[in-house]
Amino acid sequence: MHLESLELLNFKNYEEINLQFSPEINCLVGSNGSGKTNMLDAIHYLSLTKSAFNPIDVQNIRHESDFMVIRGMFRKEDRQETIQCSLQQGQRKVLRRNKKDYDKMSEHIGRYPVVLIAPNDTDVIREGSETRRKFFDSILSQIDQQYLLWLLQYNHVLKQRNSLLKQFSENNTFDRDLLEPYDRHLLEFGQLLLKARRDFLQDYLPYFLSHYQNLSEGKEAVSIRYESNMDVANPEAELRNNLRRDLALQRSNIGIHKDDFVFEIDGHPLKKFGSQGQQKSFLISLKLAHFDSIRQHKGYKPILLLDDIFDKLDDHRIAKLMELVSGHAFGQLFVTDARPERTERIFQQLSDTEVRVYRIEAGEARRIMAE
Amino acid sequence: MQYPSKYIEKAVEEISSLPGIGKKTALRLALHLLRKDEENTHALATALVDLRSKTQYCQQCHNISDAAVCSTCSSHHRDRSVICIVENPQDVMAIENTAQYRGLYHVLGGIISPIEGVGPSDIKLESLVQRVAEASDPAIKEVILALSPTMEGDTTAFYITKKLKPYGVKVSSIARGIPVGGELEYTDEITLGRSILSRTAYDTSHS
Ligand SMILES: Nc1ncnc2c1ncn2[C@@H]1O[C@H](COP(=O)(O)OP(=O)(O)OP(=O)(O)O)[C@@H](O)[C@H]1O
Ligand SMILES: [Mg+2]
Ligand SMILES: [Zn+2]
Repeated sequence: MHLESLELLNFKNYEEINLQFSPEINCLVGSNGSGKTNMLDAIHYLSLTKSAFNPIDVQNIRHESDFMVIRGMFRKEDRQETIQCSLQQGQRKVLRRNKKDYDKMSEHIGRYPVVLIAPNDTDVIREGSETRRKFFDSILSQIDQQYLLWLLQYNHVLKQRNSLLKQFSENNTFDRDLLEPYDRHLLEFGQLLLKARRDFLQDYLPYFLSHYQNLSEGKEAVSIRYESNMDVANPEAELRNNLRRDLALQRSNIGIHKDDFVFEIDGHPLKKFGSQGQQKSFLISLKLAHFDSIRQHKGYKPILLLDDIFDKLDDHRIAKLMELVSGHAFGQLFVTDARPERTERIFQQLSDTEVRVYRIEAGEARRIMAE
Repeated sequence: MQYPSKYIEKAVEEISSLPGIGKKTALRLALHLLRKDEENTHALATALVDLRSKTQYCQQCHNISDAAVCSTCSSHHRDRSVICIVENPQDVMAIENTAQYRGLYHVLGGIISPIEGVGPSDIKLESLVQRVAEASDPAIKEVILALSPTMEGDTTAFYITKKLKPYGVKVSSIARGIPVGGELEYTDEITLGRSILSRTAYDTSHS
């Protein structure tokens, strides 16, 4: 599966552009602020129906314009499929596959998987459990449609239950019969999601560990531990025992929305005790394992988007990554770099690979021909 | 927008206050009315005024009715020992269209949803309990829940079941599961699981 061409109309700093891509390696080079990351974001939109950076859709419409269109032609084996995401200010976002609108965005997730490695990824290590849940939810949703549907349902029950707790507290009332159906749904979907997360991590961990071993030169032992307050013998009792606290705080304290994936290095929290280099290796390994699990489940390789990756990595890790690239471990690859000569130096070693380089300048792109 | 007449402006304003109708569509409709015979507009206006002034909600089932008690509730041909609970009048029409049901109805006029601030007291629930409690000759034997298969429908059904428990009336729910033409393989686990739990005896008399 790969992206053959991309057409943008009024997306971020692109007014109108149409590019053809290599099924193998595509480099986007250009100065800071020229629009390299925006191009990757457009591809992210086509895959996940949203931006990787700005969750407010209308803000991704080019300034002074009132609509945007992102259109991509994908090739999946011998089929060509057109995916179009468009947004008119004041209207709903429309996603279309081969001239047919989707009823629900969730139906699209996972059809054209991408893995993005971007500079703000360190959030997943530094920030709270929510970013880690989002990270793994995003992988799971791309792998398993059912997971996404359960998750949407779960979040809906949670919202209902929290609203109810709030109303109980505001009106100083309590009605067990009214709360009970939410508890049952919370438990029902919670158990399904818990099992899916646990099973997933079992598949994912070996990929992760092997990438970490390969990237790092250290002997340290790293791990990802799944923690859930629903992972107890009797989750129903757990929920019941926390009712008083739920009522006092006006929100639900038990459930998989409190899960964490704990990152550890030699048994200690990575955030506090991991060196910069160890954290970098950890991050890249998380992403490469993301790539591997999607490839394993789908039977084809997701598109890999590498944003400013060479800035983040030292020569050793770049060399390791390039080993994977030259060993054809990846499918289609998009790489951005503000320093064209560096990209050139790295990719010129590859002989049997089709590399296309685009120079991006203020929302315009020009293909640079290899000599 | 600049209108050539303040009456057009007023009409556009009113028409566009209807759900799903924007200013442009409203203007098109207004101009359409002006182009057609005057009687058309009068007929429309009369229909709208009558809709408002001559209909009411049935005192018993809360369906829309032309009299204090609707034709279904006052009919002698309906089974008065069964009540089917629905969310809104459209649901009554849908079930009537099947011609498979001969009992009475109860229209809740909403569904429990804390997010939207709709609680049990905001829907016609107390009057349902009262109906079940007070009915005699015949007493209510069965209550059928025909609510949508959403989280909110489920919650409302559960709550009603609890409230009716003391009266010993049989509460059933319309079967939900795999749609006709649906394929097992593509049915999600929860729906499939529920369909198995609520399986029905295989009836060969119709096939
Ligand atoms: N909605 C929008 N309308 C117009 N321009 C926008 C919009 N959103 C972002 N931009 C512009 O896009 C530019 C940033 O583009 P992008 O992040 O792709 O740069 P980049 O090439 O990746 O730069 P760097 O090398 O610094 O990462 C900024 O100049 C920003 O103002
Ligand atoms: Mg950038
Ligand atoms: Zn009636």
